[in-house]
Amino acid sequence: MSTANDVVVTGLGATTPLGGDVTTTWQALLDGRSGVGRLEADWLDRFDLPVRIAAQLAVEPTEVLARVEARRMDRCEQVAMVAARQAWADAGLAGEEPQVEPERLAVVVGTGIGGAMTMLQQDDLLETAGLRKVSPLTVPMLMPNGPAAWVGLDLGSRGGVHAPVSACASGAEALAWAWRMLRAGEVDVVVAGGAEACITALPLAGFAQARTMSTRNDEPERASRPFDAARDGFVLGEGAGLMVLERAEFARARGARVHGRLAGVGTSADAYHITGPEPEGKGAARAIAAALRTGGIDPKDVGHVNAHATSTPVGDVAEAAAIRSAVGDHPVVTAPKSALGHLLGAAGAVEAIATLLAVRDGVVPPTLNLENLDPAVRLDVVAGEARRVELTAAVNDSFGFGGHNVALAFTSA
Amino acid sequence: MPNEDILKELKAIVEEVAGVDPEEVTEEKSFVDDLDVDSLSMVEIAVQAEDKFGVKIPDDQLANLKTVGDAVSYIATNK
Repeated sequence: MSTANDVVVTGLGATTPLGGDVTTTWQALLDGRSGVGRLEADWLDRFDLPVRIAAQLAVEPTEVLARVEARRMDRCEQVAMVAARQAWADAGLAGEEPQVEPERLAVVVGTGIGGAMTMLQQDDLLETAGLRKVSPLTVPMLMPNGPAAWVGLDLGSRGGVHAPVSACASGAEALAWAWRMLRAGEVDVVVAGGAEACITALPLAGFAQARTMSTRNDEPERASRPFDAARDGFVLGEGAGLMVLERAEFARARGARVHGRLAGVGTSADAYHITGPEPEGKGAARAIAAALRTGGIDPKDVGHVNAHATSTPVGDVAEAAAIRSAVGDHPVVTAPKSALGHLLGAAGAVEAIATLLAVRDGVVPPTLNLENLDPAVRLDVVAGEARRVELTAAVNDSFGFGGHNVALAFTSA
Repeated sequence: MPNEDILKELKAIVEEVAGVDPEEVTEEKSFVDDLDVDSLSMVEIAVQAEDKFGVKIPDDQLANLKTVGDAVSYIATNK
């Protein structure tokens, strides 16, 4: 039973490598399907890239958006818009009659990379065709607050539009930001989440040079294998996930259907290394503990952890240590990046949706490709097929280059 | 090129860039006030018009092209 100051989730929207909406994506996760496939592009050979696989969107955003609005947006802005409209409709807010005052509505959408594709394309145009061929929309398309700004414009948000940037924790950090705004009573409704779309040569080259990516090119569906002993890096994905969050009192007054509660949030920083996680997961553990503390949740009541686990050798083990120390070894763990790939700044938001749905539906999706659990993990990771389990509380982890840690604690409505 | 042909090509550019129904793009209409074309789209329209008609539209001239008719006359005179 929620109290007046609680934060409830009333709307969900997503477009991912597994589906063009939340229902399709969730079903694919439960069915254990992979969104990873072979990448086809002329630049793979041109630059001799070692990575030939990615998790590309199941539904092109240009099939959903009007042509003219799509041409004014970078791909990361397009996916944000697609997910935002779904979430808005799912919350029952898309009707003719406005239910929330614009001044009491905020938007928080994070991205890790922003409009990298636009920046690269426009730089090519500048180099090859000169100034006059550079689009006047270049800056609004590449700015990392672009996804938030477009969603804010579309929904008429005047209560604040924000864009946290913390690499692969951005989407989760956006949800934490929304929670804080709602708990402070600044606004009644926040549309929040993350968006990313940068599957192109330079980001792939950069991640590959950092030796963070899987090069299991011959078996795309088996490449992302979090917690498995044979993991060799992450698979780049793209997509967006957004939630509509409300003050419980406001949601109740308007008779909104509630998916669940964002009960608590925790953020911390490692201050350890610019890309590498602190190997014992101490920063991550502090974020998880803070999420449980702010949510008033006893660690023993956390039945499920939706792990950040990207399938890198170091990161997965550090996170496992954090989960064991902050929660224990009892929760049922899954790693959705095994199916979705790594959606960078959208990952935390899409996976937060999966965490919430696991609590709502009482089922945890499997971690794909988990054949030999790394003995250093020492957790109950769901492999093979989805597992039914009654849940009252679950935690979602997200971490980002730079040492950013975010944990979100969800409970049933 | 006769003015009606210039108008026809201009309608296509405005539709491509700003999504305005070509039926709406008539000589007396203001780009900004009637057709809801913003300043960013005006720059794109000008660049595409320069390429299509082989004219130069410097920024100080672009600022004077308030209506579709202004643009048609400018292109007819300067191409």
